[in-house]
Amino acid sequence: MSPSDTPDNDLHQGVAGEDLIVFDQVVKRFGDLTVLDHLDFRVAPGERVTLIGPSGSGKTTILRLLMTLEKVTEGMVWVGGEPFSHMPRGSGFAPASESYLRARRKRLGMVFQQFNLFPNMTVRKNVTEAPVHVLGTPRDEANARAEELLELVGLGDKVDAHPTQLSGGQQQRVAIARSLAMQPEILLLDEVTSALDPELVAGVLDVLREVAETTDITMLCVTHEMSFARDVSHRVLMFDKGRIAEEGHPDQIFNDPQHERTQAFLKSVLENG
Amino acid sequence: MWDFEFTFEAMPDLLNGLLTTVQLTLIGYSIALTLGLLVAIVRRVPIIGGVLHFVMEFIRTTPLIIQVVFVFLLTPANISAFTVGVVVLGVHYAAYTAEVYRSGIEGVAKGQWEAARALSLPTSRTWGAIVLPQAIRKVIPALGNYLISMFKDTPLLFAIGVTELLTQAQRVGSESFRVVEAYTLVGLLFLVVSIPSAIIIRRLEKRYVAV
Repeated sequence: MSPSDTPDNDLHQGVAGEDLIVFDQVVKRFGDLTVLDHLDFRVAPGERVTLIGPSGSGKTTILRLLMTLEKVTEGMVWVGGEPFSHMPRGSGFAPASESYLRARRKRLGMVFQQFNLFPNMTVRKNVTEAPVHVLGTPRDEANARAEELLELVGLGDKVDAHPTQLSGGQQQRVAIARSLAMQPEILLLDEVTSALDPELVAGVLDVLREVAETTDITMLCVTHEMSFARDVSHRVLMFDKGRIAEEGHPDQIFNDPQHERTQAFLKSVLENG
Repeated sequence: MWDFEFTFEAMPDLLNGLLTTVQLTLIGYSIALTLGLLVAIVRRVPIIGGVLHFVMEFIRTTPLIIQVVFVFLLTPANISAFTVGVVVLGVHYAAYTAEVYRSGIEGVAKGQWEAARALSLPTSRTWGAIVLPQAIRKVIPALGNYLISMFKDTPLLFAIGVTELLTQAQRVGSESFRVVEAYTLVGLLFLVVSIPSAIIIRRLEKRYVAV
């Protein structure tokens, strides 16, 4: 990148200020398909933001860019004042290298729609694997912490089980415990209840409500559970075609949506359950 | 008529040959298992992986016996036929096991890699603790089949004079003109080893694939 491509002063002020996450004119394309279209948004520390919108509107891509599972096509992503999609080089920026990302990725944790527990490990090992091998936590301490976390998600009796022996809801609660074990500043929740049978959804959402109430962890949450979004989030972003169509306090978005896309989307979600 | 006296006389030599055959198989198989795994992993690296793929494809599409003779002629005389044989056998089968490992690695869900990345696990841990244990478990039966296949290919080393089972049979048979007995015994001895191995492999298959 040439020096002229560096972010303008306005952004530097923003980065130096309060914001934990900054998306600066982010474009993400898959081939000809533009998923994110010059997206700007910011998230403050401790803020819980829900991303809603029709499928294909780019919500999940935002989480995946933050988790560095995808690379930006244009623009930059910042986390905690540091460039995350790029790394400083000379007076400008270069695309972030794997080692640069490895040192910074720990600030975030992610819970996936399909849980993605490691099936060859017990529940305990799933939760302790990263603390032991990434943070260097002593095994005993990691085990004790894992048991606490599994207690928190209501699975204190399943520490020695294998993931295949658990229901989807239980697996997802283990996945939440696993990401919390890394003590991330930011928790990314990617449609965490979409793959669950309806009767298992409430258990998972209760755990997340508990996490939201008892910690100051910053949350970015993609969900179709509107009552959950209303309860836990400080702010709701409505996405449409890779841009933010509307944003606001959950009460305003759900009770008095301004944008016609939001109105249509909420109507379809409520009708389809 | 079947000559029982010859059978007893020939047995020690034949069992010696069988021992060599089993040694060839076990050492060759260890080479195939380790080298194949390395190849399967390195094949994912751009460029080097492409070159490696071409080499492995070449090995798989040319006959083993030609590779054995060719390499034997190229190696210095002080390297034993056994060593040449076992290495060629191992490398040849590595070309097959590499494909088996590759299918196992590709069978590991994308979400497993992503979860490992989201937890910031180092590459060595991602491979060693997550991807390979899942991949290898799935391909144990296929790998087992190559063990038996390799065992059955050891007589090809006859061509470079490794004194394995077939070479021994040829020798004792021609010394005593009891060729039918000698080769029949070879067949039976192969069966004695193959059948139990096949049963063990089938058990492994049930145990690992069912889960």
